[in-house]
Amino acid sequence: MSTMTKFETTDKHRFLLNMGPQHPATHGVLRVILEMDGEYAMGIDPVLGYGHRMQEKMAESRTWPGFYPNTGRMDYVGAMPFNHGYVALIERMAGIEVPERAEYIRVITSEMNRIASHLLGIGAYVLDLGAFTPILYAFDDREDILDALEDITGSRLTYCYYRVGGVLKDIDDTFIKRTRAFIENFRKRIPMYNDLVTGNVIFIKRTEGVGIITADMARRYGATGPTLRGSGIAYDIRKSEPYSVYSHFDFDIPTGKNGDSLDRYYVRICELEQSLRIIEQALDKLPDGPVLAKPKRAKLQEGDCSFSVETARGVLTYYLVGDGSEVPYKLKIRVPSYSNLSLLEEMCTGMLIADLVSAMGSLDLVIPEIDR
Amino acid sequence: MSGYFRDIYTGGKSLLIGLGVTFKAIIKPVVTVQYPREKIDVTPNIRGHIELVRFDENDSRHNCLVCGMCAKNCPCGCLTVEGEKREGVKGKVLTVFDYDFTKCSLCGICVESCSRTALTFSSEYELAGFSRQEFHFDLIKRLEGK
Repeated sequence: MSTMTKFETTDKHRFLLNMGPQHPATHGVLRVILEMDGEYAMGIDPVLGYGHRMQEKMAESRTWPGFYPNTGRMDYVGAMPFNHGYVALIERMAGIEVPERAEYIRVITSEMNRIASHLLGIGAYVLDLGAFTPILYAFDDREDILDALEDITGSRLTYCYYRVGGVLKDIDDTFIKRTRAFIENFRKRIPMYNDLVTGNVIFIKRTEGVGIITADMARRYGATGPTLRGSGIAYDIRKSEPYSVYSHFDFDIPTGKNGDSLDRYYVRICELEQSLRIIEQALDKLPDGPVLAKPKRAKLQEGDCSFSVETARGVLTYYLVGDGSEVPYKLKIRVPSYSNLSLLEEMCTGMLIADLVSAMGSLDLVIPEIDR
Repeated sequence: MSGYFRDIYTGGKSLLIGLGVTFKAIIKPVVTVQYPREKIDVTPNIRGHIELVRFDENDSRHNCLVCGMCAKNCPCGCLTVEGEKREGVKGKVLTVFDYDFTKCSLCGICVESCSRTALTFSSEYELAGFSRQEFHFDLIKRLEGK
């Protein structure tokens, strides 16, 4: 890993600028060392690890149920899919059947969480570009989701709701009514976001053609999620390798054309509508029955197993090696933002610093997830 | 030259559309809640810190058998449960139930693992203090003091 000293010892020593670790546009404790030539960033070096909490090591030092709360604390903006990946991994490993109602509830809550995460991502992105108002509208809608989820899960951000074999608590009529009301209300609000942000001339000028990621480049770095789909590749784990009950629903994968910041932003806006469609279908088809299979304290068998889910930012993979005890021998977590961040150097070299903020914001990074 | 005027036209139009959205919000009712003075209703299902369950309204006894499953399963190790044998009483009697809220991650595994449903979540959310000691709860005392 290169550091300050590496830059300073080279012949082409230019002005060094530290962006972060406490910079509002890096959305957390990410430090980016910029080697500036005037106002152009000629060298970019992200420095990670300020929020490192050894999540993987923690998994090796406790029984597998003890890792539940940690999963939600990696990506605190979209915690549900992180929970989902972990419980589904243990279920696959121990061969536990999940009641169908529980799977439907998982899909509904995951998609609601995805909408909440996208709203925060969009709001914070536009805030980076200097528009303060849209984040307030985004938080207004996000509040409805958080209230509904709080009622069933008990918490607002770091949900620890999914359990191996189902979910903690059944959803009730109030939740269903609330969710339907939210869908109806939010459908009307999406055109408002388009009026306020997508059609805005200043926003378009700041994002169109900025931070172009070609399809080939996205593939090379292993980018996933809206970052990959913005480059025109329709890859989504929910479609290509359907887990849970995602194969029961009809939804599209929105993609971009040019792979610039505007496309990545617009893919997120389109995904809001697709998530609403999934929730609607899941609520219509919601079967009756139990929500939690009889819990058993399964020992993890010897061998390895992996499970991938689509989080709001891309593909999350858990890879677990068991040694026959209740404690995982090794848990590897492949997080989407890490690969997405690695694009930064190639994408932004030679860019104006204002454009760099725009391009980096469009990746929708969550730093604790990268550092984990 | 025509591009110049087109830019002004499209720019002005998008500006007016954006301002229109903002203007509609001005005439909507106020949604801000002046927090310490007014409060929103919080759902009773909120997962706050844990608490021992009372036998019933008037009875401050609890259901705990001192099996220690909650403390054993807690991933954060924030529970200390101790009991002693007393003459004439079947099983153990709970003497210490210390709960270190500073370490707790509110996962609820203790509540789940309790076979007697002696534990529940509190819906208290206004927790702030000046010292760490304030968050070491003695749950037996809390139960009696309620």
